[in-house]
Amino acid sequence: MNAIRLIGTDDTPGVVLDKEAGKFELSGRSMPEDVVAFFQPILDWIEDYKDSPNSKTVFDFKLTYFNTASSKLLMDILMMLEEMHEDGHEVLAKWHYPSDDEDMEEAGQEYAEIVEIPFEHIAY
Amino acid sequence: MKPHIATIQGFLDFLFKEYPFLNESEINLVYEGEITHQITKAFTQITEAKLGSLEEAASVQRKVFHVMVECLQNIDKHGDKIEKDDKLPARGLFIVSKCENSYCVITRNIIDNKKVPGLKETLEIINNTDKDTLKKMYKEQIKNGSLSDKGGAGLGFIDIARKTEEKYNFHFIDIDKNVSFFIIKTTILRK
Repeated sequence: MNAIRLIGTDDTPGVVLDKEAGKFELSGRSMPEDVVAFFQPILDWIEDYKDSPNSKTVFDFKLTYFNTASSKLLMDILMMLEEMHEDGHEVLAKWHYPSDDEDMEEAGQEYAEIVEIPFEHIAY
Repeated sequence: MKPHIATIQGFLDFLFKEYPFLNESEINLVYEGEITHQITKAFTQITEAKLGSLEEAASVQRKVFHVMVECLQNIDKHGDKIEKDDKLPARGLFIVSKCENSYCVITRNIIDNKKVPGLKETLEIINNTDKDTLKKMYKEQIKNGSLSDKGGAGLGFIDIARKTEEKYNFHFIDIDKNVSFFIIKTTILRK
């Protein structure tokens, strides 16, 4: 699979989706002009990856800000991770948040309540 | 048409009458014009830098930034026009003001009269819903809702209400039989 690596901008997150390197990450700020156009290739990539994933998938969420339209797309990503988990593959979501950012901490807790996959919450 | 509200001065007069506390507040930013993604990015970043320089608490800075992003994107995605021309960007007006205990973000944009009852009902429901129920609504919508063709998740107003824990103050003022002004005030407490 070809890896996706995008450098973050002031309105789109940094993205790493690399099966060979075993690295899956979203970071930075997410408030794209066209949220669907930005996230669709990411969702398509994970959809393909889901059919023959690595023995363990650790997905790092290191976002500093996301708008509500992005929050829906994050949910879609997490639900695909949940499907992988249901298919018997090992999955871990690591939710990184600034230690003084209660809203970001709470967002991670809520995602963890909605999807049934192992979640780690990491303050930095 | 109510010309007195259509002008910036007329609108400010309306606001000062409607919200007397604004007389005691500092108006940090007033913008009237096209609301596009570039404008949204520019003004949210200006506000972020301004609040940073005022050494406002990080949580307050983040909330004001988020409220502005969501309110301006609402206008960018859903704002209507007096002239029915989809190629024109939506126009709007917004104000950021600072009071002793809070920041206010006030926006005004044009809305199709057909959308007024639905939006009014949504805002009234959110205003009359407690924190735990808002959380349930949010989770339900994020899990089962779908993105509209404009990329809205139906989450913005619920999310702002949850993060600010303050009620919306809003008005619809009819311009003609087709369109109205939609004015909404969001409060972010400085704590």
